[in-house]
Amino acid sequence: MQNAEENTMCEEMKEKITTFMNELFNKYKQEKDNLIPILEEVQEKFGYIPKEAQKQISEFLTIPMAEIYGVITFYSRFTLEPKGKYAISVCLGTACFVKGSRKIMDRLTERLKIQPGQTTEDGMFSIDETRCVGACGLAPVFAVNGEVHGKATVKMLDTVLDEILKEEKGVTNENN
Amino acid sequence: MKTIEEIHKIREEKRKELDLRKNTKADTREKHILVCHGTGCTSSKSPQILENFKRIIKEKNIENVKVIKTGCFGLCAKGPIVIIRPEDTFYANCTPEDCEEIIQSHIIEGKVVERLLAKDIDGSKVQKLDDLSFYKKQKRIALKNCGMINPEEIDEYIAFDGYKALEEVLTKWTPEDVIKTISDSGLRGRGGAGFPTGKKWELTRASEGNQKYVVCNADEGDPGAFMDRSILEGDPHSVLEAMTIAGYTIGANRGFIYVRAEYPIAVQRLKIAIKQAEDYGILGKNIFNTGFDFDIEIRLGAGAFVCGEETALLESIEGKRGQPRLKPPYPAQAGLWGKPTLINNVETYANIAQIILNGSEWYSAIGTENSKGTKVFALGGNVNNIGLVEVPMGTTLREIVYDIGGGIPNGRDFKAAQTGGPSGGCIPKEHLDTPIEYESLKSIGSMMGSGGLIVMDDTKCMVSLAKFYLEFTVSESCGKCTPCRIGTKRMLEILEKLCDGKGTKEDISKLEKLAINIQKSSICGLGQSAPNPVISTLKYFRDEFEEHAVDKVCRALECKAMAKIKIDQEKCKGCGLCQKNCPVSAIEGEGRDKRVINQEKCIKCGTCLTTCPFKAIGN
Repeated sequence: MQNAEENTMCEEMKEKITTFMNELFNKYKQEKDNLIPILEEVQEKFGYIPKEAQKQISEFLTIPMAEIYGVITFYSRFTLEPKGKYAISVCLGTACFVKGSRKIMDRLTERLKIQPGQTTEDGMFSIDETRCVGACGLAPVFAVNGEVHGKATVKMLDTVLDEILKEEKGVTNENN
Repeated sequence: MKTIEEIHKIREEKRKELDLRKNTKADTREKHILVCHGTGCTSSKSPQILENFKRIIKEKNIENVKVIKTGCFGLCAKGPIVIIRPEDTFYANCTPEDCEEIIQSHIIEGKVVERLLAKDIDGSKVQKLDDLSFYKKQKRIALKNCGMINPEEIDEYIAFDGYKALEEVLTKWTPEDVIKTISDSGLRGRGGAGFPTGKKWELTRASEGNQKYVVCNADEGDPGAFMDRSILEGDPHSVLEAMTIAGYTIGANRGFIYVRAEYPIAVQRLKIAIKQAEDYGILGKNIFNTGFDFDIEIRLGAGAFVCGEETALLESIEGKRGQPRLKPPYPAQAGLWGKPTLINNVETYANIAQIILNGSEWYSAIGTENSKGTKVFALGGNVNNIGLVEVPMGTTLREIVYDIGGGIPNGRDFKAAQTGGPSGGCIPKEHLDTPIEYESLKSIGSMMGSGGLIVMDDTKCMVSLAKFYLEFTVSESCGKCTPCRIGTKRMLEILEKLCDGKGTKEDISKLEKLAINIQKSSICGLGQSAPNPVISTLKYFRDEFEEHAVDKVCRALECKAMAKIKIDQEKCKGCGLCQKNCPVSAIEGEGRDKRVINQEKCIKCGTCLTTCPFKAIGN
């Protein structure tokens, strides 16, 4: 994934990253404990942490790339892959689990044919497992791009997915 | 920058203005409409409710009515919640469309909107918050301001004696006085282990060092627990005040709050609170003109459960992978960047100002012999009143589940309650009368934990619950020590085998042996406690494990490999409800025919089980 990403990364994207990184480097001191706050901002901005950004952080904080990779892969909020246009997260906290969120997740992976942490090839969907979004009163919950669907059922998930697919298909048809 | 006198003036004036929040008989023409903005209510549109109220009030030109954003009221199951004070009317499950009627009927015509009143456990409609049985057995100390004040207004915090304890301590107390009061109060760490807080402060004060730190552990990782989040969202200043008191006591002038990035609302309110406290000169240089400096910074956790372990948290603040350190040395001796560091949990801090203001005797009079004060629990799972509850230590589990929680929904039976999350254990029916305190929970194989309390009904499979927790631990194990990294994985594999119907009796004894070895040989609390959910379910539900291993039966029908869902032809009335709800159209039959499940199509999701009104579907 990393290599593929590097090869296809266009100059425009690189420039975008450099501009953003320079902003960050003006804001943060060159201290090693700033690694995680900087990664947080990059993840927030791009939806993942591009290799180009890792390189620049490595130079700025004088931390080896390998160590940065180690930190990125340790924390579940950081990803090396861009998220889908529709990022779907299913809460697998205990309250949701007890109310059947596993069934929602099973159905989702079955329909999209990807596993949690992955993005579909067309970049349309990605699935995440989350631990407690804090809406335990609405358990079980899943969220599409942050919008929470509470008291969820398999059927409700199907409806939501169908609606997205219908809309997306409609859009592509128009474009064609 | 405000002087002490100016702060006193704010307190006095604001307190008068807010009298109607606490006093139902307040002599005023004003009304306050409080709209819950905790995470639960926010995700079911409470911000829109707030906006609608504001818009309608403006349109209708109504005077003397204020709309206020507050923290969590606790009864999340009935959210979004709207409360109107001074009369204390409690409206449940409000929608943005209800605002018009509330304003017209309640505010303008003075008539309560019956339709929106909350139903109590017995089905009766209740007008006031205090009349709901959910609140009757609670005692709010840590949550005192949650739902009472606007967490984004420092003046409202000051009005209810906010920053009074800090002023007292900085101007009149010695650090030794603070330590004595906290020690005498009997307060113990609310993060799980229950270490005496006063002792911790004393040890950190005694450590030598020119630089010390105060840290607040807000990395609430137990899935299904949201106590700390609600405190940060509803009353962030209480944590800032306590940390500043702690800084003065141990001799530190920098503090860090390590909070989960998954809590965007809490982070936002903390940022606002810090900014406001700095503007007032309550944080920063020369606080209250006493020469004491204290600053607080926020550090975001990036989603690693192990960072709730104090030394892993320190590593993470330093910018590294959150892997626990070997102890000793303890953080009190060598913590952040090797300097003496005091780490307490959010809820522990939330008690501090109250203890200083009311005295150690007041606090130690609440609770039991060895567990003083109150504990906040996030009550969830198969219970009617899902929400946040704060009860005196010593309250029994039965009182929490039935009197406060309103019992089990859908006429089901209580099977077990889980406390302490992935580090805790299950409490079965026979121990429902156990008082909740540190020692008693430990003696029955569970633990206090940080406060997650998940109730399970008789449709839950305990083997698959144990598997759920092990999945969690396996994915969250940091990988530093072998027993946890590899041992928990092996335990999970055995549990998977059992749930797939491929286990044997020997697997159960292997599981037990592994559990004990991992407990004994892991480095940190995460590994040492990881086997607890297995050990306690084995202790109380061994028969279910044996059924899985020997008879290949899962009585709860949760383990799909063994489940074969059938419709009892005698009980089926042919209503077709199951068919309508089946997501894969696996149910066959037409009209009033008795329905049959096509086993090839069935994905065993269990939807039909819960929808059948005649309980005709089962194993």
